Amino acid sequence: MTLDLSRRGFLKSAATVSVMLYVGVTADGAKAASGASDAMLNPFVKIDADGNVIAIIKHVEMGQGTATGLATLIAEELGVTMDQIGFDFAPSNPQVYNNLFFGPFQGTGGSTAMANSWMQYRAAGANARDILIKAAAASWDVDAASLDIQNGQIVGSGRTAPIGEFVAAAGAFSPSDTPPLRDPSEWKIIGNAATRRKDSPGKVNGRAMFAMDLHLPNQMVVMIKRTPQRGGTVASFDASAAQDVKGFIMAQTLPTQHGVAIYAENTWAAMQARSAIEIEWDFSAAEVRSSKEIKDEIMTALDTSPTYNVNKADRDAVAAVVDNAHTVVEKTFYFPLLAHAPMEPLNCTIEQTAEGDIVLHDGAQSPTGPHMAYQQIFGLPAEKIHIKTMLAGGSFGRRTTPDADYQVEAGLAFIMTDRSRPVKLVWDREDDIRGGYYRPAVGHKVRVGLDAQGSIVGWDHRVAGQSIIKGTAFEPMMVRDGVDHSSVEGLADSPYIIPGMAVGLTDTQKATSVLWWRSVGHTHTAYAMEVMMDMAARATGQDPVAFRLSYLSGGGQDQQRKAAVLKLAAEKGNWGKPAAGNMQGVAVHKSFGSYVAEVVEISGNLEDGVKIEKITAAVDCGIAVNPDIIKAQIEGAVGYGIGHVMRDQITLDGGSVEQSNFPDYEPLRISDIKSIDTHIVASAEAPTGIGEPGTPPSAPALANAIAGLQLVVAELPMSENGVTFA
Amino acid sequence: MSLSLKLNGKIHEIEAEPGTPLLWVIRDELKLTGTKFGCGVASCGACTVHVDGEPTRSCQTYIEDVQDAEITTIEMIEEDKIGSAVQQAWIELDVVQCGYCQSGQIMSAVGLLRENEKPTADEIDDYMYGNACRCAAYQRIRAAVQRASDILEA
Repeated sequence: MTLDLSRRGFLKSAATVSVMLYVGVTADGAKAASGASDAMLNPFVKIDADGNVIAIIKHVEMGQGTATGLATLIAEELGVTMDQIGFDFAPSNPQVYNNLFFGPFQGTGGSTAMANSWMQYRAAGANARDILIKAAAASWDVDAASLDIQNGQIVGSGRTAPIGEFVAAAGAFSPSDTPPLRDPSEWKIIGNAATRRKDSPGKVNGRAMFAMDLHLPNQMVVMIKRTPQRGGTVASFDASAAQDVKGFIMAQTLPTQHGVAIYAENTWAAMQARSAIEIEWDFSAAEVRSSKEIKDEIMTALDTSPTYNVNKADRDAVAAVVDNAHTVVEKTFYFPLLAHAPMEPLNCTIEQTAEGDIVLHDGAQSPTGPHMAYQQIFGLPAEKIHIKTMLAGGSFGRRTTPDADYQVEAGLAFIMTDRSRPVKLVWDREDDIRGGYYRPAVGHKVRVGLDAQGSIVGWDHRVAGQSIIKGTAFEPMMVRDGVDHSSVEGLADSPYIIPGMAVGLTDTQKATSVLWWRSVGHTHTAYAMEVMMDMAARATGQDPVAFRLSYLSGGGQDQQRKAAVLKLAAEKGNWGKPAAGNMQGVAVHKSFGSYVAEVVEISGNLEDGVKIEKITAAVDCGIAVNPDIIKAQIEGAVGYGIGHVMRDQITLDGGSVEQSNFPDYEPLRISDIKSIDTHIVASAEAPTGIGEPGTPPSAPALANAIAGLQLVVAELPMSENGVTFA
Repeated sequence: MSLSLKLNGKIHEIEAEPGTPLLWVIRDELKLTGTKFGCGVASCGACTVHVDGEPTRSCQTYIEDVQDAEITTIEMIEEDKIGSAVQQAWIELDVVQCGYCQSGQIMSAVGLLRENEKPTADEIDDYMYGNACRCAAYQRIRAAVQRASDILEA
């Protein structure tokens, strides 16, 4: 968090004679000079002579609200209103626009956008304010300390002037290396629930540009007919039937052999031509297993001593304590493969400039991924490759893979042409559902021992599943002592103070491509842990909320914050007092630094159908920068979690994915959840994650409500395991 | 084949093969990209436009079947009194997250309010069922339809 934001400069554009003030950094760390270009200065803040402010957003906007959030930080520190600030996305530059938690890597993930940018973007806004004030103070011959910027006006010493008047002069002043941040008591925008999203208007009038909406002149649309089984290759293909499709251009096997690229004048022609092309596949090295075999391997692993002792526990001692406990509750859980299925199917557009540079237009979560891959594919240095970030129509983890899968496909399809025409790669929904990557299939076997007083004395927890990280470029950084933490996150490191806990992990064979999926390992660890907490409470006649609170007492801030959201959700959700005939369930989980508790209230029964009547959530994500966006993220994360456990799974038959589109991978629908009510815990702590933390507790809270109907759902989806939804 | 399409109040001369979905003519030929491609099988509603005022899935509507129809897309819906109210409500409540489905949601919501000025929550759920939102902004969609109804009543 030591990026130097004090460099600055201003530009006089010869073309428009407009003056711009940039607050940013030069690539070599040198002081920016007058006349420096936008690209040289790598700005975080741009201000024109009319006082219009642009926040440069280093993260992708995929719905989580980061464009508004980062603009909020700059507006607050600079002293402009949200109406006076706009946003642009940063170019790809892993030295300047990196995620400060990821090293030299520009990427959005792990719910870190606000958390890593919090001080950086405030500092950028404060630096812009600082030099504008110095310029005004010099001009007016007053003490800079007497001036401030409010609502885009420099005010103080009895004078007022718009900031635009000092944009030219401010470039001559050196900002402080420790910019003066506003005291929280001065905040007007941070924490203001009335702040509206900056991306709302364009998204309601159809004018917002997603990557899918780009039409470059003379572009070709490419679709790929991929092997239905992972590892299959093209033996030969026959494109003669495609010749009848108007707009079909050509078809070529990708260098990776995993499919045939079909080039056409437009999307519909590409779709038709792809249907017409016949491919002979070589499946000799392809995946042939089915979901049942994958599940059998996981279940067998759970009955075997785990490969990795995650928390270095005395496993034999823990097992013995559980064996000899007064009460033992145990359960084996199974979580199926899940697809991300963002609303906008994957796509990107690649072109070559007259100078031979490669430009990719993409809604990528991690521009550095394709930026590095393209250096290899095109044999070009980093500065000759440009990634232009566009709006992403959802992602949930899918638009960043360790091998930059769809961007590499586009690059390979492009390099097989003469590069005179841009190539737009389009996936359709079937490609999305069938083309990998998935939340891995995972199993948990949990045995909890309690004493005669109903206190936990031992917790023996085994996890088995395919590692997301192993075998990727991230393995050296993210796997420790053989343990892929993303397989077990949220268990041994839970804030619960549980005596005698052993967490073991066994990796299973690679069955398909797996990937982080909104909240990653927490999608299954929270479910297993929170369903077990409920089972333990119910088995010993204790209230599930009081039972959980007893494992959060006597600790530090970590325990207190988790307990506070649990109490708040219980209070606001009328815990223990459901409407007549309704059942309630609760779950609480910490992930990505944030704490979320949820109370789910259902009506109905297993035979006629269960209806989700009400979900009450409480969240502590540190300082609530944009409270309304936080509520929206909880609403969305709850829906994402609930929708998938209700009825979704990806299954393999002989190595091929059986589902294909929304009719058999049914999204959550508007009628599935009647209401969600979110409450935010006031906090002075630095902001933590909000995009993902609402997801982990949602599914176990629903399961715990359904448990009141005498069915503990241990295998998902629920619709395949005894639950009908009304 | 050559045909003329009445879209957003203008006549467009189009060259397209029979069987071409209206969606791809709107997006790839007319370059009106507010109408989205989500599933291609009429199960997500992202491609919803109005055909003679009726919300219609353009991905499953063939171009030869709408030659005599009046077609309206999201780009023109602000000209409609109900459309404008729905857009205002969407902004007031910050319904959007990723926003990719929202053109379709809005076109459906306008259709609903045309036939039902004061829909209940259940009536909204029934009518909007086919419009998927992977961000699950449903709670705000429901509230914004009711807010638009209030705006129109005022």
